[in-house]
Amino acid sequence: MSTHPSVNSEQSIQPVIETRQLTKNYQMGTVEVRALRGIDLTIRRSEFVAIMGASGSGKSTLMNLLGCLDRPTSGEYLLDGVNTNSMRPDEYADIRNQKIGFVFQGFNLLPRTTALENVELPLLYDRHQRVTNPATAARLALERVGLADRLHHIPSQLSGGQQQRVAIARALVNQPAIIFADEPTGNLDSRTSMDIFTLFQELNDEGITIVMVTHERDFAQYARRIVEMRDGLIRRDTPITSRRSARTDLLNFQNHTPDESC
Amino acid sequence: MLKLINILKVALKSILKNRMRSLLTSLGIIIGVSAVIIMVAIGQGSQASIADQISSLGTNLIVIFPAHSRYGGVSRGAGSFNRFTFNDVEKIQSEATLISAVSPVVRAPAQVIYGGANWNTTIFGVWPSYFTIRSWELAQGEYFTLRDNSARRKVAILGSRIAEELFPDQNPIGEQIRIRNTPFIVIGVLRSKGQTAMGSDQDDVILAPATTVMYRLKGNRWVDMINASASDAAQVEAAQTELKQILRAAHRLEEGEDDDFMIRNQAEIIDTASQASRIMTLLLGAVAGVSLIVGGIGIMNIMLVSVTERTREIGIRLSVGARARDILTQFLTEAIVLSLAGGVIGIGLAVSVSLLLNDLTEMRTVINPLIILLAFTFSGAVGVFFGFYPARKAAALNPIDALRYE
Repeated sequence: MSTHPSVNSEQSIQPVIETRQLTKNYQMGTVEVRALRGIDLTIRRSEFVAIMGASGSGKSTLMNLLGCLDRPTSGEYLLDGVNTNSMRPDEYADIRNQKIGFVFQGFNLLPRTTALENVELPLLYDRHQRVTNPATAARLALERVGLADRLHHIPSQLSGGQQQRVAIARALVNQPAIIFADEPTGNLDSRTSMDIFTLFQELNDEGITIVMVTHERDFAQYARRIVEMRDGLIRRDTPITSRRSARTDLLNFQNHTPDESC
Repeated sequence: MLKLINILKVALKSILKNRMRSLLTSLGIIIGVSAVIIMVAIGQGSQASIADQISSLGTNLIVIFPAHSRYGGVSRGAGSFNRFTFNDVEKIQSEATLISAVSPVVRAPAQVIYGGANWNTTIFGVWPSYFTIRSWELAQGEYFTLRDNSARRKVAILGSRIAEELFPDQNPIGEQIRIRNTPFIVIGVLRSKGQTAMGSDQDDVILAPATTVMYRLKGNRWVDMINASASDAAQVEAAQTELKQILRAAHRLEEGEDDDFMIRNQAEIIDTASQASRIMTLLLGAVAGVSLIVGGIGIMNIMLVSVTERTREIGIRLSVGARARDILTQFLTEAIVLSLAGGVIGIGLAVSVSLLLNDLTEMRTVINPLIILLAFTFSGAVGVFFGFYPARKAAALNPIDALRYE
């Protein structure tokens, strides 16, 4: 550390995500919808950001742009220091493959496919063959999310929480720069949700950058920073000084009645 | 490009996940491919047996038929129908240099009686050279000779079919039979040649000296047909030209007058006979080919359904970093694997059916390796052609829309 102070400080200072005046317009019939109207957002390594807002506020649109699933109408987006504006579709696919992990509300696992094969999926499309043994990497990722004993189960044999854990393992397996979670607990009950947030907080504590969209203020408290959106703009951006621990909440939840925890 | 093995694995997995559907999809190709191969095998089988049987008529065979005499394109009518005489045959024998053997053929329908059995057949009056020309071998007894011919002796050689009918459990040699109420002595039995391609029984025949048939049975002086053998297979056409000149001179045909006879060699006879079955082969193959295309449309249909049904899967794959090209390759590979698997099963089915037809029925089949290769290649091409559109449709999906698809 003392021998390479500059390298180290540069790494911690360089943001994972940096957008400048990002806009996105949709054509809905004859009406042009301005979903994003100029977003300036910087997210640094190891942050845990919750993006909040009512439906129609543009938070999902922003997530799609940040996740390289969609292209902005104007503005700049730098991911891990690389400008994505001039990229071809194939490069976009490669970015999704190597720098990004997705966790969706509906889990989005391949049906009738084992947990292990689901987690291996991103490695299948890795053209750089960074991982020499995809099966081992997938098994380790599943062990990390606590599913060591469910490797060969197919999604329909798993509970919602377990399915979301498989999805998280899939997001982790290619060691991405950032994980995007779009309403990750939207389909889960409170107890399982806290379970998932416990996992997110652990991963974040290990240094993994997480950006999450949620509309539940309680769950947003588990992040380290809340970005609130309205009408395609960021209205408020507040850091959380005393982060709530999902693990503690979960323990309380188990000891008391469900009503008290919420 | 991704590893080919991975692409194949993904394709196989999704095919095996829908076993029943995959089987039904391939069924179109299975039926198409096997239909093409079986139909062509049957067609070529019948062509081959026609060629074989005509070869069994004799080597270097040249047949001369009488024809209507014409003058300047005007037919002189049925009454002018020309027939040959022994004169013509003798002239050929003495003048032709490219002919190794020649024989007249005098035909007569004949009822044959032996004891209580009787049989209707055709008797051929020929010279002994006829046995060489037509490759007739004896099963027992002996041939008649030129001396038998000049003496108009009433001797007969029976085709194997007639020997069986008249002498079911008796040696026919030396027995006396009655042909058109004239007694003949059986001196030989021919070795069986089987049916011709046209279905007539070559063994249903009696051979006797030409003069005997002409003078003792028919009572006129007409020779119905002349058979000759070219001395060399390479000289068949030259021999035909020579025969033509001899006959034109013998019949005193003027310059510009049409031939009053027709000369055909064996190749021409095979050609004419197999023409019909060649057309049949083509027709059957074409009809079967249509079913292959219908099978291809079945694959396209299922692949289109599959793309719609698996829109979410495509979205998931895109979101974890699959390129559009990877999706295209995946669906194209699935279509090709489906159709090639159908092709392989179809080939297996066709070969088994062809062999069974050969063994269990009278039908002869010839399996052409080229047709198998062609059918296999074509089934692959069907996969590419009919798989491309659905695959391109899948690859063109936008990840967000695909993920949202319900």
